[in-house]
Amino acid sequence: MDIDKISEEDQKNIISKVFEVLKTMASKPSGFIGLCILVFHILLASLSPYLAPYDYKAIDPSLMLQAPSSEYWFGTDSLGRDVFTRTIMGGRTALTITFFGSLIALLWGGLLGIFCGLVGGKIDDVVMRVVDAFLSIPWILAMLLIVSLLGTSTEVLIPALGFFYGKGIVRVARAATHDVIAKDFIVSARARGHSNMSIIWNEIIPNVRDAILVEGAMRWSWMLLGFSSLSFLGFGVSPPTPDWGLMISNARGLMSFAYWAVIAPVVGLSSLIIGINLTADAFAKALGIDRSTKAPV
Amino acid sequence: MSEIIQKVKNLSIGFRSKKGEEILILRNISTSIKKGETVGIVGESGSGKSTLALAMMGYVKQGLYTTEGECLFYHSNLLKMSNRDLEKIRGRKIAMIPQNAGQSLTPNLKIGYQIDEALKLHTNLSKIDRDNRISELLNKVRLPSPETIALRYPHELSGGQQQRVAVAMALAGNPELLLLDEPTTGLDVTTQAHVLELLNFIAKDTGTSMVYVSHDLGAIAQVSDRIIVMYSGEIVLEGPSRSILKKPIHPYTYGLLKSIPKLSLAGLPESMPGSQPQPGTVLKGCSFFDRCNLRENKCKNNSPQLEYINDLETSVRCFNYKSLKDKNHISSPISKNETSIKENEILNLTDLSISYAKQKLIDQILNKTVDTNPTVKDINININKGETIALVGESGSGKSTILKSIAGLLKTKDGKIRFEKDRDLSSDLKKRNPSDLRAIQLIFQNPDESLNPNHNVEEILSQPLKLYFGLSGEKLKKNIIELLEKVRLGEFYMSRYPRQLSGGEKQRVAVARAFAAKPDIILCDEVTSALDVSVQAAVLNLLQKLKDDFGTTYIFVSHDLAVVRAISDRVAVLYQGRLCEIGPSKNVYQFPSHPYTEVLLGAVLEPDPDIKPKLVAEDIVEEKPPEQGCSFQGRCSRILGDKCKKETPPWQITKSGNAIKCHININDLEKLQS
Ligand SMILES: Nc1ncnc2c1ncn2[C@@H]1O[C@H](COP(=O)(O)OP(=O)(O)OP(=O)(O)O)[C@@H](O)[C@H]1O
Ligand code: SF4
Ligand code: SF4
Ligand SMILES: [Mg+2]
Repeated sequence: MDIDKISEEDQKNIISKVFEVLKTMASKPSGFIGLCILVFHILLASLSPYLAPYDYKAIDPSLMLQAPSSEYWFGTDSLGRDVFTRTIMGGRTALTITFFGSLIALLWGGLLGIFCGLVGGKIDDVVMRVVDAFLSIPWILAMLLIVSLLGTSTEVLIPALGFFYGKGIVRVARAATHDVIAKDFIVSARARGHSNMSIIWNEIIPNVRDAILVEGAMRWSWMLLGFSSLSFLGFGVSPPTPDWGLMISNARGLMSFAYWAVIAPVVGLSSLIIGINLTADAFAKALGIDRSTKAPV
Repeated sequence: MSEIIQKVKNLSIGFRSKKGEEILILRNISTSIKKGETVGIVGESGSGKSTLALAMMGYVKQGLYTTEGECLFYHSNLLKMSNRDLEKIRGRKIAMIPQNAGQSLTPNLKIGYQIDEALKLHTNLSKIDRDNRISELLNKVRLPSPETIALRYPHELSGGQQQRVAVAMALAGNPELLLLDEPTTGLDVTTQAHVLELLNFIAKDTGTSMVYVSHDLGAIAQVSDRIIVMYSGEIVLEGPSRSILKKPIHPYTYGLLKSIPKLSLAGLPESMPGSQPQPGTVLKGCSFFDRCNLRENKCKNNSPQLEYINDLETSVRCFNYKSLKDKNHISSPISKNETSIKENEILNLTDLSISYAKQKLIDQILNKTVDTNPTVKDINININKGETIALVGESGSGKSTILKSIAGLLKTKDGKIRFEKDRDLSSDLKKRNPSDLRAIQLIFQNPDESLNPNHNVEEILSQPLKLYFGLSGEKLKKNIIELLEKVRLGEFYMSRYPRQLSGGEKQRVAVARAFAAKPDIILCDEVTSALDVSVQAAVLNLLQKLKDDFGTTYIFVSHDLAVVRAISDRVAVLYQGRLCEIGPSKNVYQFPSHPYTEVLLGAVLEPDPDIKPKLVAEDIVEEKPPEQGCSFQGRCSRILGDKCKKETPPWQITKSGNAIKCHININDLEKLQS
């Protein structure tokens, strides 16, 4: 082992560390494909308003359910809107809402998990019970309840999704903290007389961070699926905003003679989920985390 | 001559590095094992000893591959065999006992059931025959009342008993060859001695050949007929144990033997500088060149071949073995400056008791302590400035517990901890003032756990400097460099992370971190037990040097009596959290001793096949100390009956000045033990 070489690598700052992780992720075919899909979707979501050939909400009954042609690449839907335009824009809302939702899940899940792992004992037991009890309610029913009470605005959807998908992160963060807390370097810091905050910040967080981030990345893809199901049921994005879940739901009944209106959003949604999943897996591997043993969900 | 059952021929095993180079971790190994023979493989961590043992059962770890050679079991090459055929051999003909066998038992299945499964797999016995065989096996490994043991779960057994069960399971298929990888590492000294004795007995009784892998020459010496010494993936010395241990004609083995502390010698052992070359290092000459004190120019560019020396029946890989051949290997270790410690109290423990029992809320409010039988009780020790006092005892004897309460990590139940005559440290951390916190520092057993893997050496060392002295910038850096120099590490180590350091280097960083606080007292909890012997000697020497420079007081916890003998001025022997004996270390190793000290001394393994351990008491593990009487009554072989069970024994002072807590009169004790 060329030790001096390694230590050089380690001296680099955060940006180059991120770069290093990305490079490791891309070095395996699955990670590379995942990253490509994800980057493609992010680019598409941010650029689609400028790329879209038509207005996504322009309704024209005369163009109803046209088959794909050189003019309308993916055909048109039952209201005569261009499916291509709606497809490339259909990931925007889902991606944004679930991204911020995941951040919220990471934040509360991570913090609560670390807290429980730290205090342990009775408080830990009680908190975990409460969390479990809350979340044993089927999430989709709970979401429907929330949405019907508070509406489907972004301000409602993001925290609600973030809340329901944070549970797994609580568990992972708690388990990781439990592991770290027993280590002698924590005992050593306590014996030196460091404050609790300093111990959490310097000793614990750097050692649980990776596991929590990986879990968050995984949750993101699940949340995306969940959010699209909501839209499918009509409780997510409200029309006429283009959204894959909504598009699938609207075009579902016409599938036998207008397959094009369904296929495009299905491909969009599933490729994004697969992309995030592959990326999260590669991320975990690049950070050296074995999800099969670390995620007790 | 008996038949050869396992033959390793020109075996090389390696892996491919990220850059695509082939890196060998075993290089051209040839050896053989005869029927009924026990062969010890010894070497420091990373020398390839486990890889060799695994290859002997046809197993090559994932990522590794055989580049050359074969492992013949009788006449079939295990390394070319299909998995199907290997399954027929493994467990039946060749069995393996891994390190930490306790953990390899399935936790939620009863012992009897697990052995039965092994029997089903490896034999064709009927249900009744299997049941008989289970009791027979448990009897053979000398577990008390096999019928009840068979019904227990692994966690209901002690470490030693778990190890015995693992041996029983390995014997289930009547193997011809038994491979043991560090089978006693991590066990208590007494338990280890018992397990080794059992293995010896089984080897004789069943005629099973054994391959015993360990880093511990003391353990190897007790079981092996023949010893193979490995260094950096090569065999450097191989021959009958007696000649290897008494006349080590390879400089590495010679140095290794000298770096082991021995009971018969006071003072620190000599350390061997440097470390093993990393796999993949390009070597033109001898792999031991960097560390060898017999090296010559010739060794640098020519690699020595294994050469058979007729009169010693030994093979050696060294150009200069002749100069060691006539040498007497036991030399006196570096003598310790016998600074007589003046009475100058720095820390005083008075009637110290510590309890892990949870107080009930009501008792907490009434400020009542109910635990009448706490984990640690009635500890009275007066520690002088500049002294090294050792606490010894088996696992669970409360050594770490006492250290933790001195460090303020555990509340004391009763009694007082007094620091520098006037400061009361009985309260826990939160109530200590910063200068008291700074004055007492801890060093832990396992540097892998005591250094934050996400901090580099600079960050690790700056923590105490920032916290206690508020240093920053250039000053901080200067201090860190000075500290690194003190522990003989260079400035360039600052940017390294723990994973880029060897075990010994990590422990040096931990030592530097403790010294960064400029402490008066350093608490050392088993600081060398995770290290290889040659590294251990270096760390011990470093600790001694720093102590001479700074006048620090050490409280040194260890289970290894020979290490304690080497480093400490005074020894306190603990059993179940109660003091048994305390006195100057040179006296504790002479009789009369407390019966428990006698047990510990008897179990020490010397790297000498002619010094057998004396097994005085059973290696039972007691759950709790007895409510009354002598704490050692449950295992004492000299017990006097009711008196020992009911009355607390008195302290008696011997002629040489150590105090023994026992009912037997000192003079009678001396007669009994001589
Ligand atoms: N946190 C704890 N809660 C309850 N009991 C404990 C706890 N830690 C240790 N003990 C018990 O206290 C006793 C003394 O433990 P301690 O760790 O001090 O032993 P030790 O002499 O350091 O042993 P070792 O050589 O294994 O490190 C043991 O019986 C142990 O089971
Ligand atoms: S060959 Fe030379 S360097 Fe190697 S062990 Fe012998 S004397 Fe030392
Ligand atoms: S007091 Fe009795 S039981 Fe205790 S050590 Fe002495 S003889 Fe043994
Ligand atoms: Mg301990």
